[in-house]
Amino acid sequence: MKPGERSPLAWRLIKGFGMFWWDFLIGDTPELFVAAIVIIGVVSLLSRVAHLNAVAVIALPLLAIVALALSIRRAVRGEKRRP
Amino acid sequence: MIGVTTGSTGVVVLVGAVFLACAVEMVEALTIVLAVGHTRGWRSAFEGTGVALVTLAALVAVFGPALVHVPLSALRLVVGGVLLIFGMQWLRKAILRSSGLKAMHDEDEIYRAKVAELEAAGASQRDRIAFVMAFKGVFLEGLEVVITVLTLGTSAHRLGLAATVAAIAVVLVGVVGVVVAKQLSNVPENAMKMGVGVLLVSYGTFWTGEGLKVRWPGNDVMLVGFAALYLVVTWALVVYLRHERRATREVAA
Repeated sequence: MKPGERSPLAWRLIKGFGMFWWDFLIGDTPELFVAAIVIIGVVSLLSRVAHLNAVAVIALPLLAIVALALSIRRAVRGEKRRP
Repeated sequence: MIGVTTGSTGVVVLVGAVFLACAVEMVEALTIVLAVGHTRGWRSAFEGTGVALVTLAALVAVFGPALVHVPLSALRLVVGGVLLIFGMQWLRKAILRSSGLKAMHDEDEIYRAKVAELEAAGASQRDRIAFVMAFKGVFLEGLEVVITVLTLGTSAHRLGLAATVAAIAVVLVGVVGVVVAKQLSNVPENAMKMGVGVLLVSYGTFWTGEGLKVRWPGNDVMLVGFAALYLVVTWALVVYLRHERRATREVAA
């Protein structure tokens, strides 16, 4: 593509759609995206493989709280590092 | 239980979550439209808003019926995961703002910034810029409303109810917003955002579990339990962060 030439509309739409989902799910908190994947993996193992329903019932909200607290701690540390 | 339509407890939580989420997004979209309308004239602002609303309606018409055909447990797992992420993002932001670690979302400041941006743009591009800004503001904020309505509505098998509640919230905030015009900063947006965050994480937890075949004690009554749990955790985190911030300031002084 020549400099200054605009990319095709379809490509711009796809790119915009991808950017929206990236911002929506990851944005400036990739740790929360990773945490959700980890939570699903751990609870899936507990519930479907080990058949530990009671443990899964406690683990799911507990892991969500831990993920939230760690993400906030990351934000606080980032704030403290600012000049 | 998977496949069982959400009961009355779930309906109350669903209505609350959809209403609050839509109201918050509507306040943000309205701020942009008001800034465009007051600065550039209402014609382009309304045109941009109208085209954005039609595009959003088309998205709902296309994806709404399609989502109904997705197997419920798979849908709830995906929706649960998305709501967990989205809810935790909202809650994180609201907690940081409440504890003073992040600047509050100031609609007056956003209004002023948009007006300055619009006034700085060249006169020849006037209508196009106003149209694009109104379109982007309504479309992007509206897209979050659409996702909230589609995910919460289809997972609870109450898409009609979710869409109706969203429409009421949008109209209500729209009417109130137009009446109070530039006083949108008086809306307790952070408290609302915190409430939405708590409800979205509660739904996210519940449906992620349902999608993974976790059997919740009391079925959808657990939603209320989750909301209470996350509310307490949110309050505790805000109190802790405020205390820590005060202690840090005292040491620095």
